[in-house]
Amino acid sequence: MSDDHVYLTLAEGHEDDTRWAYGTGFEDPLHGVDTAVPEGVDAGELAAQCVALADDALVGAQRLAEWITRAPELEEEVALANIGLDLLGQARLLYTRAGQVDGTGRDEDAYAYFRDPADFRNVTLAELPGGDFAFTVVRLLVLSSWRLAHFRRLTGHPDPVLAAVAAKGVKELTYHRQYAAQWCVRLGDGTDESHRRMRAALEQVAPYLGELHAAHDVRDEVADDLRQVTGAAGLTLPVHRPLPGRGRAGEHTEHLAPLLTELQGVARAHPGATW
Amino acid sequence: MVTGGPALLDARRARRVAERVPDPELPMLTLADLGVLRDVEVRADGTVVASLTPTYSGCPAMAEMRADVAARLRAAGYARVEIRTVLDPPWTSDWITGSGRRKLIEHGIAPPGRAPRGPVPLVLSPTRPAVPCPRCGSRDTEETSRFAATSCKALWRCRSCREPFEYVKEI
Repeated sequence: MSDDHVYLTLAEGHEDDTRWAYGTGFEDPLHGVDTAVPEGVDAGELAAQCVALADDALVGAQRLAEWITRAPELEEEVALANIGLDLLGQARLLYTRAGQVDGTGRDEDAYAYFRDPADFRNVTLAELPGGDFAFTVVRLLVLSSWRLAHFRRLTGHPDPVLAAVAAKGVKELTYHRQYAAQWCVRLGDGTDESHRRMRAALEQVAPYLGELHAAHDVRDEVADDLRQVTGAAGLTLPVHRPLPGRGRAGEHTEHLAPLLTELQGVARAHPGATW
Repeated sequence: MVTGGPALLDARRARRVAERVPDPELPMLTLADLGVLRDVEVRADGTVVASLTPTYSGCPAMAEMRADVAARLRAAGYARVEIRTVLDPPWTSDWITGSGRRKLIEHGIAPPGRAPRGPVPLVLSPTRPAVPCPRCGSRDTEETSRFAATSCKALWRCRSCREPFEYVKEI
């Protein structure tokens, strides 16, 4: 069958293989998109909004990428990497948009690799280290549910670029939420050990919900999702006094700096590197 | 003589060139089959403007697609080529053409069902209808992983013919 060789055509006529290169200096992901800021939109505010949402995605993607070679099953590794890739794609578009409108002309690399922890605006839940798979899926459920509800609102944003990034993101986040929810049910309704770990994960995540709602108040949608999942999983969402997390103000836990050191190390040591 | 005739012909030719570029990750499909080539026009000054839309935000093949379309158009004699990214409306798997769907099946990949309209609720019961096996047509199939080698696919297996297969997700 001819299809055996269809993939070989990809290798033809590509002496220049740098287009698949890794590293820095990718082509602008908003290449050829109208960059005008609509009248009535505050450019500074729009840029800040884009950076915060991009930071949530970049930091979240980095935590998911840490599972590569460590996930319990190969399929889960592929799943977590793909979810991270979607988030990374959202981050690239949002950083690029921020650089277009905030007057600095910075590209996505400048935001991702050359800002220090205090310049990051991600919510602190995204940066917590995820040692346990149960914690990873609970956090993924909460962050996906929250981001999805917020992105649904942003599809009506007056900035057409932010609205389009949100509309695309909604489809992706719906899938992420579904993946995380199914794992939460499977583990919550699983063995004594998996149930215990899910309870511990919920205990750990619950205090951070307040910070999420302070950033974007979509608490009804998030509560609906959590109620449905915990109900099906035989778990209850613990009631906690919210921690005074202020990631959106640049105040972070001690966990962000090491994450960024790893993320930014190569780009800072070898500016402009590709490999 | 019809005014604009040659220009129109030229636009049609440019479109045909761009439409034949294979997708870098599903090379049995052209970019037109996949529905990511949104528009091709030729400006009065002869510049060809081709518009592409990404399937997923993180699709790593976008730069490759842009480069391929530009290279093919240049090779076809168009000196000035501009590639635009279109984000709105977002790509949907419904844009995969009928011929694209046939080609997917021929290559052992199950094509997507109809994409959901409007907000998708969280569903915890397994209500998804079984995806027919692209090899034997059986509906006795099951999902093995919600994600696969590329963002746009999931992994399934057929209980009848025992073959694993990829499935393009509907979004």
